[in-house]
Amino acid sequence: MNPEILARLSTYSHIVVAWIGDDGYPVQTPALFSVDGDRGEVRIARTGLPLPTDREVNIIASHIRPTPGYGYDERRYILLWGRLSAAGDEMLLRPQRAWGWDEAEVPFFEYAERSNPRARRYLDIMSRERGAPVKPRLSLLWTFLVATRLPFLTAAVVPILLGIAVAARDGYFNLGLALLTILGGAAVQIGLNTANDIFDALSGADEANVNPTQFSGGSRVIQRGLLSLRQMISLSAGAYVIGIGTGLYLVIQRGSLELLLIGLAGVLISFFYTAPPLRLVHRGLGEVAVALGFGPIMVLGAYVVQAERLSAEALIASVPVAILIALVLYVNEIPDRRGDASVGKRTLPVRMSAGAVTAGFLASALLAFAIIAVAAATGVIPRPALLALVALPLVFKVYAGIKECYGKPYELMAVMGKNVQLHLVVGALLFAGYMVSVLLTAAFDSPPGVLV
Amino acid sequence: MSAMRKEDTLSWIPEAVEELLKKALVCELTVTGGKGQPVTHPLIPLWDGKRIYLTSSVLFSKKLEHIKRAPRVSVAITDPVACGGLRARCSIQGDARVVEDDPHETWTQVLPLWRAKEPAIDLFLGKRFALPLFFERSVIEVTPRRVYWWEDGNPAALPEVALPGEAA
Repeated sequence: MNPEILARLSTYSHIVVAWIGDDGYPVQTPALFSVDGDRGEVRIARTGLPLPTDREVNIIASHIRPTPGYGYDERRYILLWGRLSAAGDEMLLRPQRAWGWDEAEVPFFEYAERSNPRARRYLDIMSRERGAPVKPRLSLLWTFLVATRLPFLTAAVVPILLGIAVAARDGYFNLGLALLTILGGAAVQIGLNTANDIFDALSGADEANVNPTQFSGGSRVIQRGLLSLRQMISLSAGAYVIGIGTGLYLVIQRGSLELLLIGLAGVLISFFYTAPPLRLVHRGLGEVAVALGFGPIMVLGAYVVQAERLSAEALIASVPVAILIALVLYVNEIPDRRGDASVGKRTLPVRMSAGAVTAGFLASALLAFAIIAVAAATGVIPRPALLALVALPLVFKVYAGIKECYGKPYELMAVMGKNVQLHLVVGALLFAGYMVSVLLTAAFDSPPGVLV
Repeated sequence: MSAMRKEDTLSWIPEAVEELLKKALVCELTVTGGKGQPVTHPLIPLWDGKRIYLTSSVLFSKKLEHIKRAPRVSVAITDPVACGGLRARCSIQGDARVVEDDPHETWTQVLPLWRAKEPAIDLFLGKRFALPLFFERSVIEVTPRRVYWWEDGNPAALPEVALPGEAA
């Protein structure tokens, strides 16, 4: 018996000894005890109910801390099995097997995630008992939201709005085409999100990841039995059909070869992000793929839909947003790194040390802000875009959070949330900067250059 | 669903044991494992004056398989810290049945009893989308058959025993 287990047992106040009585009912009695770590024994003090020596017993030591108004926390327990032998007034147990859980070491969410296979097995048993499938349920809306990771569509919407804003400043704006661009971009992102889940399920990456959070580890709808692989494939294919169909309609409407090439690049990057043979994210190219897809491709694509030409300004404006969305992926990969490594998904946090990952975040985020500052100061992008610098403190909050919570997936969740916020806020402020510039230009025949 | 049974209060359950059942935030449920061995699980006990209800997520469902195979179980309440300082201790043998007509909904019948002991359950329930399998649950309904109890909590003492048909 591992001495560590007995050392832990000694911290509990009492145990319950259980065995199966002759009538088939389990018998339980509380008992006081001591641990002899050197001999690997549990010494159980005399109990009012006589303890058996002719059969296996199970002892449990369990602890909770009541928290009024909440319930309880600090859940932990240890189970031991073995046979008892008499030693004077006491009984001795040399445990043969042990089991236990301490939520301070294995957080409840991880414990639950590790138990997914057991849940699927039991649902299968229930299905066989009833002769009809028993599946976990969520409402259709929740299932759709979770499976598509809909709240994260900001990744596509932010750069598309920015591209539209750049075009508006150049005097081009068509509301219908703008809405179609958003629809197409969002559909491709849903296709990407669901394809990512499909290929991670097939490779085993999501199953191997026992620390998923709302930002990382995929949607888990396949692992949790909410949707089958086939249903996810249908969802993904449907999203791509809508995205590609919308894109083709826009290409036909605008007759733009540039738009066709940009859209094609976007769809290919999106699909081969996790799909073989390229599997970009497995090769440490996930960040580059995401930066390109949710940066220049979305911004330029949205610009070309409006203006029917390419724009150096749109390209430059897309770079900070591209860096920040790549950093969303980069930080979200931190808690996934063990699961990813186990299936050969060599993301940057898998390849790099904690210190390098943290420093890489800070350097990249500061680069994004530096580009905004220089581009706005030199008039490459409108000066009101300097508004985006207001978000700079968020960079340091995320940086400090990564440093502090690097090895703690669930505590990192708040940091990942802030990092998503960083991308969203900077994108929104850049958009706002462009809108201010557009309004000033509209309001004044020749507004002072320092303002626009 | 086959509704959980509703009968009169089990008057033979000693008052001290009823108090423990009402207050305990954790109990130890022992079932007979697949190889005939005892297996114990810490769970939150719910008491409606007639039966003990325990709930189990499909995530942690081994005990449900065991109970379906061997429905004789025992429930111990032994931790004064988890019982609002009550010193008494008890173990209750009983017959269990697994109620799981609709694992998505059936267990919500005992939600008021659960909520009374663990108000935080509503927070988790509000995030059901994040823990969908945790809320696919079965109810373990235990009908008491014999009660051992230690009024002063001293396990070295011979426990008192209560059986059905005896006045508490």
